[in-house]
Amino acid sequence: MTTTKTVVTLKVNGVERTAEVEPRLLLVHFLRDVLGLTGTHVGCDTSQCGACTVLLDGRGVKSCTVLAVQADGHEVTTVEGLARDGELHPIQEGFWEKHGLQCGFCTPGAMMTAVELLRQNPNPTDEEIREGLEGVICRCTGYENIVRAVKYAAERMRG
Amino acid sequence: MASVFGTAIKRREDPRLITGNGRYTDDVQLPGMLYAAILRSPHAHARIRGINVEKAKRHPGVVAVFTGRDVAGKVAPIPTAWLPPDSNIKTPAHPALAVDSVRYVGDGVAMVVAESRYVARDALELIEVDYEVLPAVVDPEKAMEKGAPAVHEEVPDNVAFHWQAGSDPASAFQDAEVVVRHRFRQQRLIPNAMEPRSAVAQYNAGSGEMTVWVTSQNPHIHRFLLSNILGIPEHKLRIVAVDVGGGFGSKIPCYADEALVALAAKELGRPVKWTEDRRENFLATSHGRDEVIYAELAGKRDGTMLGLRIRMVANMGAYLSTAAPGVPTILFGLITVGPYRIPRAHTEVYGVFTNTTPTDAYRGAGRPEATYVIERMTDLFAREIGMDVVEVRKKNLIPAEEFPYTTALGLQYDSGNYHGALQKALEMVHYEEFRKEQERLRTQGRYIGLGWSTYVEICGLGPSQIAGAVGFQGGLWESAAVRVHPGGKVTVFTGASPHGQGEETTFAQIVADRFGIPVEDVEVVHGDTDRIPMGWGTYGSRATPVGGSALAVAADRILEKARKIAAHMLEVSEEDVEFADGKFQVKGVPTRQVTFQNVVLQAHLAWNLPAGVEPGLEAQAFYDPVNFCYPFGAHACVVEVDVETGQIKVLRYVAVDDCGPVINPMIVEGQVHGGIVQGMGQALWEGAVYDEQGQLVTGSFMDYAMPKARFFPSFETAHTVTPAPHNPLGVKGIGETGTIAATPAVVNAVVDALAPFGVADLEMPLTPEKIWKITHGRDA
Repeated sequence: MTTTKTVVTLKVNGVERTAEVEPRLLLVHFLRDVLGLTGTHVGCDTSQCGACTVLLDGRGVKSCTVLAVQADGHEVTTVEGLARDGELHPIQEGFWEKHGLQCGFCTPGAMMTAVELLRQNPNPTDEEIREGLEGVICRCTGYENIVRAVKYAAERMRG
Repeated sequence: MASVFGTAIKRREDPRLITGNGRYTDDVQLPGMLYAAILRSPHAHARIRGINVEKAKRHPGVVAVFTGRDVAGKVAPIPTAWLPPDSNIKTPAHPALAVDSVRYVGDGVAMVVAESRYVARDALELIEVDYEVLPAVVDPEKAMEKGAPAVHEEVPDNVAFHWQAGSDPASAFQDAEVVVRHRFRQQRLIPNAMEPRSAVAQYNAGSGEMTVWVTSQNPHIHRFLLSNILGIPEHKLRIVAVDVGGGFGSKIPCYADEALVALAAKELGRPVKWTEDRRENFLATSHGRDEVIYAELAGKRDGTMLGLRIRMVANMGAYLSTAAPGVPTILFGLITVGPYRIPRAHTEVYGVFTNTTPTDAYRGAGRPEATYVIERMTDLFAREIGMDVVEVRKKNLIPAEEFPYTTALGLQYDSGNYHGALQKALEMVHYEEFRKEQERLRTQGRYIGLGWSTYVEICGLGPSQIAGAVGFQGGLWESAAVRVHPGGKVTVFTGASPHGQGEETTFAQIVADRFGIPVEDVEVVHGDTDRIPMGWGTYGSRATPVGGSALAVAADRILEKARKIAAHMLEVSEEDVEFADGKFQVKGVPTRQVTFQNVVLQAHLAWNLPAGVEPGLEAQAFYDPVNFCYPFGAHACVVEVDVETGQIKVLRYVAVDDCGPVINPMIVEGQVHGGIVQGMGQALWEGAVYDEQGQLVTGSFMDYAMPKARFFPSFETAHTVTPAPHNPLGVKGIGETGTIAATPAVVNAVVDALAPFGVADLEMPLTPEKIWKITHGRDA
């Protein structure tokens, strides 16, 4: 089980990061344990809960299902990179404004999923939002306020 | 300034949580930290003939391997903290790691400590355990049968305890015109907080201080128990649980894993982290429910309920978890009569050992089961006597003028207007119109149904004297400290340890309202035993009624002292000073006033204080409630059943709840939403399944159906307001009401929809397969 380490370089939240990693290292553990970006969470081991969702080259992916070496040379955005210049992203505003979180553990992944959802469909209906949250498991909110949060963000992003 | 009490202000905790700055246990990174992984039994019941850890120890990166024999004597058995009296309770020792036998799939066998998460996991595979597999038993009724395998040799009949309450209702059954009897199965549920359990321990050999960051709903209970388990005195043991990613009861217990991590940190002289994965969470974190309930309801043909007899067999799993024995007994057994005037009642509970993961509190804990049984029995009774389900409820609900009301099981319900809540829900649902629509659609072959749940629950745990009387090995009061800084800002320290309930906001509102200051001026500190004197945590919907009340009492002590100082400053007697909107004023003379901040500053300067008044402004309260709280309400669910596919679609969900005055309507609504979804989860999708060998076949999110966003309509919520008469805020808990109320409302709705098929009851979860078999005339 000895493994040869390999060097990866990723642009994470706009900053180039280089590290030597085992080929089997998951992207989520690279973010959390190597880079110390602990906002991205691990909620399951079967790629169902979505707590680890990040953007890879602008597309939503579950970072528990991507190896750090697969992300080599790519851009990653985590929850820490959502706000720009001290201004919250509309999805962050929405979650705060509409009480879209309780314990907050699934929230970073839920927000990144919502960003991806709104990229694909900037003006979703309630039903489309609920369908779009298929890859998110939240045990606290009952989802209702997450739907409201996504709608709020959609309106803000459409201006 | 407008009052902040009753205002939907945005949550104070959110800015850190939405920016990735939360402080969950697994986020803790310490220099030189090691990682632990725990080898878990693959067998439900086996004798350990031998363990060989040599290969694992030699594996590069492995620092240490511990077995049951290595830790015995260093880590005391994990105790049970709830011992119901007069129940002949048996508490076989629960070793932190198995020594001779494993008793459920997931039982800890060995711990590896290594330089990285991955290496620790790798090394688990190198440990060789020689098991002699023994027969297992997973069903609680089968476990009670003669000849069943004994989970613990010293408890040959597997009965962990036998508990009773109430008096024999035989006379009610003699007088009855109708007796309805039914057997209910409460399936086992997996709490599945989204944050897996985790612990990080750091030991300072020089000072003897141990710090444990842990996913806990009650850090002081963890300190209390871990202190005994580890032999580290409380003043040298610090427990930290600031951000906790949900608990739902599963983070109340003290687990062996947390003690093992602490031991490893001490023995190895380096910090150690352990975090379970989801599969471990399914296997080794406490489960909920899993009971068989036999109910008998005696009544008259005019709809009057006369008596209730309940016998429960509760599956406790392989060991008695921290609070587990309290769930089927006190939290279920004392409230089986629900909101109804039932003059005679009796409950009998058998707690039974099986070769399964230990059960413990899961959101609602006992009260969902009690509510389910009485609400289903009410519908069965209505069906038997041919009366409308709403009319039966109206006839038996305790009338508002009879509060406080002492039930046949000895509880004193504090306050209520049950008919009022039902009336409001009836109006929201448009009940008459629904029945007409239901008839109309049935002629088209479409089946809609409406189900009711008029519930009452017992929460705000609780008066410590009663806690002692019912066998809880602790108090249930709560502490609060209010520290007013010289500049007028306030830090509040609470022993209630929230994990998603929003108390950093709600509690700030309570104090800001009392002092007439902006809510931004109040900071709420929780989840750290070094900063908070003592506390009993968040569960049993107790944080606001008990912890919030403690805060109100402490804040009032501040105001009492501040008033003395203000009177002195205004050169009048105390009686002539009134306090409103953050200002002390001479009665009737608005021009003569001093602000709260001004008085605070003077208290700290102490240049000119009245005689006998000490400098500073800080108060502490240890609030012990005189009664529990009894929130209530009426929930209604409307479903449509597709009789071709067996699919159930929830069309509407109406919730009218009464938790007394609402401090933050947005947070309360959020608690109701989340509760409803968990209650509906039990009714429709969730259920843990063991095979006969004791393998958990629903051991991941692929096999265990968690509620998803698309399963639900938008919820309709409303409130009535009936204050609790015995606490300073008048508030009752709201964290569990949705889960308590929703399950029977949904099942009653589906049974109502399928009435034309002769359906009287359905066993949860109501999967499409079960429904399809019924609508297609197959045996369910």
